Amino acid sequence: MYNAGRLRIIQIIFMGSIFILLTRLFTLQVLSNNYADVALDESLIKKIIYPQRGIIFDRKGRPIVTNNLVYDLMITPSQLKKMDVIDFCQTLNIDTTTFYKNFNTALNKKSLLKSSSQPLALYEMIDATMYNNIQENLYKFDNFGVYLQERPIRNYPYSAGAHVLGYVAQVDTAYIRRSNGFYNQGDFAGKSGLEGYYEKILMGQRGVTVLQRDKNNKIVGSYENGKYDTIAVPGRNLKSSLDIKVQMLAEKLLHNKIGAIVAIDPKDGSIIALASGPSYDPNLLTGGSFRAAMRSMGANPAHPLFNNAVSMKSPPGSAFKPLGALIALDLGLITPSYGVGCSGGYNACGRHVNCHGGGHGGSLRSAMAASCNSYFINIFRRVVDDSAAGGKVNGYLTWKRYVNQFGLGRKLGIDITGESGGYIPDTARFNKEFGFEKWSSCSMFTIGIGQDKMEATPLQMANFMCIIANKGHYYPPHFITGIQDITKKDTLLNKYLVKTEPVHLADTLYDIVTKGMEDVVKNGTAKNIKIKNVEIAGKTGTVENATVLNHKVVKQKDHSVFTCFAPADSPKIAVCVYVRNAGFGATVAAPMAQLIIKQYLNDSLDKKDSLAANTWYKKTIFPPYLKELKEEQDSIAAFNEFNRTGDSSYILSYLPTPPPVLNLDSILIAKNNANIKLQQANKDAAIKNKTNEDEKKKELEKNNKENLINTKDDKNKILKPKPKPKN
Amino acid sequence: MTNNNQNINLHKGIDGWLILMYLIMVTIGIACITAVEFRPGENLMKSFFEFKKNYSKQLMFFFIAIAFAIFILLTDSKLFTLTANLQYAIGIILMLLVFVIGSKVKGTESIIKIGGFQFQPVEICKLFTALCLAKYFSRPEVDFQQSKHQLIVVAIALTPAIFSIAQHETGVGLVYFSFFLMMYREGLPAIYLVLGFSFGGLVLLSLFFAAKPYIFMGIIATIAFIAAYILRKQIKRKRNILVVILLIAAGCIGFQKVGVPLIFTKVLKGYQSTRIFSTLGMDNPYATDEKSEAKKNGEEYNVKQSKLAIGNGEFLGKGYMKGTLTNGSFVPEQSTDFIFCTIGESFGFLGSAFYLILYALFLFRLTIIAERQRSTFSRVYAYCVASIFFFHILINIGMVTGIMPVIGIPLPFISYGGTSLLSFTIMLFILIRLDADRQMVLR
Repeated sequence: MYNAGRLRIIQIIFMGSIFILLTRLFTLQVLSNNYADVALDESLIKKIIYPQRGIIFDRKGRPIVTNNLVYDLMITPSQLKKMDVIDFCQTLNIDTTTFYKNFNTALNKKSLLKSSSQPLALYEMIDATMYNNIQENLYKFDNFGVYLQERPIRNYPYSAGAHVLGYVAQVDTAYIRRSNGFYNQGDFAGKSGLEGYYEKILMGQRGVTVLQRDKNNKIVGSYENGKYDTIAVPGRNLKSSLDIKVQMLAEKLLHNKIGAIVAIDPKDGSIIALASGPSYDPNLLTGGSFRAAMRSMGANPAHPLFNNAVSMKSPPGSAFKPLGALIALDLGLITPSYGVGCSGGYNACGRHVNCHGGGHGGSLRSAMAASCNSYFINIFRRVVDDSAAGGKVNGYLTWKRYVNQFGLGRKLGIDITGESGGYIPDTARFNKEFGFEKWSSCSMFTIGIGQDKMEATPLQMANFMCIIANKGHYYPPHFITGIQDITKKDTLLNKYLVKTEPVHLADTLYDIVTKGMEDVVKNGTAKNIKIKNVEIAGKTGTVENATVLNHKVVKQKDHSVFTCFAPADSPKIAVCVYVRNAGFGATVAAPMAQLIIKQYLNDSLDKKDSLAANTWYKKTIFPPYLKELKEEQDSIAAFNEFNRTGDSSYILSYLPTPPPVLNLDSILIAKNNANIKLQQANKDAAIKNKTNEDEKKKELEKNNKENLINTKDDKNKILKPKPKPKN
Repeated sequence: MTNNNQNINLHKGIDGWLILMYLIMVTIGIACITAVEFRPGENLMKSFFEFKKNYSKQLMFFFIAIAFAIFILLTDSKLFTLTANLQYAIGIILMLLVFVIGSKVKGTESIIKIGGFQFQPVEICKLFTALCLAKYFSRPEVDFQQSKHQLIVVAIALTPAIFSIAQHETGVGLVYFSFFLMMYREGLPAIYLVLGFSFGGLVLLSLFFAAKPYIFMGIIATIAFIAAYILRKQIKRKRNILVVILLIAAGCIGFQKVGVPLIFTKVLKGYQSTRIFSTLGMDNPYATDEKSEAKKNGEEYNVKQSKLAIGNGEFLGKGYMKGTLTNGSFVPEQSTDFIFCTIGESFGFLGSAFYLILYALFLFRLTIIAERQRSTFSRVYAYCVASIFFFHILINIGMVTGIMPVIGIPLPFISYGGTSLLSFTIMLFILIRLDADRQMVLR
């Protein structure tokens, strides 16, 4: 048997080859995760179950935010080339261009990490009509990974409370990053208001079902018996202190006005109503209308998205006077019987300040009832110039400390986003403005009547009313009074249960001021709002103001302010009404506050009051400069649009109906600019081709003529705008 | 070289290990085919005995194969030596018949249909060729050191291969080249194998650098220089060696410049050359027609899916019938040529390694059995069988893991297919029969 030694070599060849195969398998199966990842991505499909967000109830248990079901139309990019796109577009009743446009938008939105075998939303939140139209015919595309994905969106049955409740919107990449991957692309999160503040409680938990599919995208079964599935956990419900009826009334009153109404229950700091005008229907910001609504509201110079009740800093005016009185009383600088002679105004320091109601500075009560400016400027100056404090700086700082303690010039910690702290100027401000040596109580005495640089939010003023009503203490104003299945981990509500008394004043002082405020309604500036059997303690405010237009300070109509609480002996509601540029506090804000009090105490309005409420609803009180602002904005937008597209017809569709008078000049200038550019371009071309110069000239002239004709046409078009289709 | 551990009285010299390994592998095969086809909710027992599904058909084929096996074990070893040449002749005639009456089934042209029964002569012919080669070697006048005999042996081995390739059964045709391993054992000078491997390396290199001939030239020049340096003392004595080295280098470059394009455009079909290039992870620079492009895409898809399925198994596997790609029918041809994916995905690296080691033991056992034969006939036959099995597993698993070109040959005992299971079973049991009579000298 020769060659027997070759057995070993043959065996080595066999074993070596098997070893090579083993190595190859080891790299495929153990060293590289990539294959397994791609394989699972290809053979599994993750279906997301969106949780129901928590429902928010009002103080009487009525649901004010609920959920509606809508559908996302999902398609799978990797299946697209197998699919009959034309048929698909016919089913959806769209053309292929729109389809690919939408598809690319959806594709770009998706994060790059996801693969093309996972579905994406071609259309988000399609409504019931479209759902009914396509749902029956969609089965044809089942094999291509087309399906309808259920998702709940917000629904506001009362169409009220937009600023309080806030809105939910799809999370962006920055938000996802901040959440450390808790949120995924396509998830919704509360962005403002209660939705934003209580997001963690309301959101619930997204559920995922992992299913196995075959190569034709048919579902074969669950993966690993649902080991990787998570069930959707609905968000927890919230109980709020809003009285939706009062809230609706407040929003009704502020319709077509800029301002705010805040009503708080002084007993626990829970907010009964918080409205900001102008408001909007929160349902606009759900579903498919979100983007368009956001865009149009963002362009509105009245800023409907802005929550005036917590964000608007504005001088409180005479509504500040009760605090001025309390400070002087507590410092012992005046007694209730202290009087100041007043002859229709305050004359000192070389200035004259008018009194609205004529001087009645005989005593604190009469000065309060008549809102005597002389009286309150006088006591403010006494506080600042108080020799016991030692100098103007310390005098002013003492005063400022009191003001801060009463909740002005600092944030109160309300449970919605966007709260402003207001502004109480520091002495540094006066040093800067007047020079340290020069300023005195004379320089800024109108601060004593809530004017000048002092700025407070309507929420702070309402809270101040709570402090007076409670004789010294308050609870931080808040909306949410209860969380479903609350545990010790939910600490969000704890700070609202703390009774806060930053400074202790004798009850008698509060009694004196309350009596004065009762007189305001009994026989003072606001005697027009008396209610039978209910004593209202209130204070009117009329705030002088000016705005800067075209680099000039232009005086505007006064802001109308009214702050109050009722009933005076056992307070149940504290209200602040602030309507900008509406005139006297007694004529606009006070009647509104009265309606709010009536609605809350009786849970309804009688016929006469409903009529009054409707009258307010129909009344439009916008400052005149708003129109100018709007026109300016529109013409700038039209100008930019025209410069970009060169199409004047677009300007027309860009304008709201009915179109305001347009600044035609700017458009003509734009057109002329375009003409000049065109001429320049033609000239350049002409210089380049020196031959046929004559022809060029002719052409140039012809062009100019045509352009002129076009301009004329445009003018006509602008003057006769196309009617917008009515919905 | 004889093994006396066998209890001859009890088993009549039959090798129990081989039969045990055979049974394990067939069982794995049927289990895998079941995993490929079975879907949750079906009645397994019922469909097994309806013989409509592939796994139940395979079970039926197994019963038939066992019947053949028992028949073979009951026959006399002499039957095979006596009829070896006759069988080879019949095999060649059958293969020639295919050209006349062959019919196309599933794109395969090499099938003969007789009534309801159909079979592929190329599959059976491997067995006949192995027997014929054994017979030739067992002739006393044969001296394998003589080139005349070498040529005859190569002719016997490669005639069916040429017919197979002519029938577009390239994969099966290539199997016949595995007989060179047996020839090596029987004394084919090692230089032929070395030359063969060098030629293979040359082909691979020239393919890799098909688009960059200068790099190829550089490599050849470097090798020539190194060779000249190593042989510098001999060259001093004999200048001719340098000339030979230079000629070989020039020949290599000429081969790459002229030979490769010629082979890839004129000899090989478009899809075949594409297939070879795609294994190397390259685009076929000689590709022209769309048909081969489409075929290439299909094959790339197959290999991609099979790699994904195997990779999906990871270390421990997804579990039997839990492979997500298997359940989703993502891998084409998964019950036949790509059956190994099922093992890879269901049982992971652990299961695959177990299977490969089982196969290695099987091959090892075959070589041991080959060496303990007294008669040349049995030894040569045993080496032929070992070579065939080796070639099948190397190419098949290399193919599904993406390191070999897509050559459609089945995985012995595992892949679904009646002819394949039957021919491998017969091949193995003839060996067992011969081994049982290893004390006899067969001619």
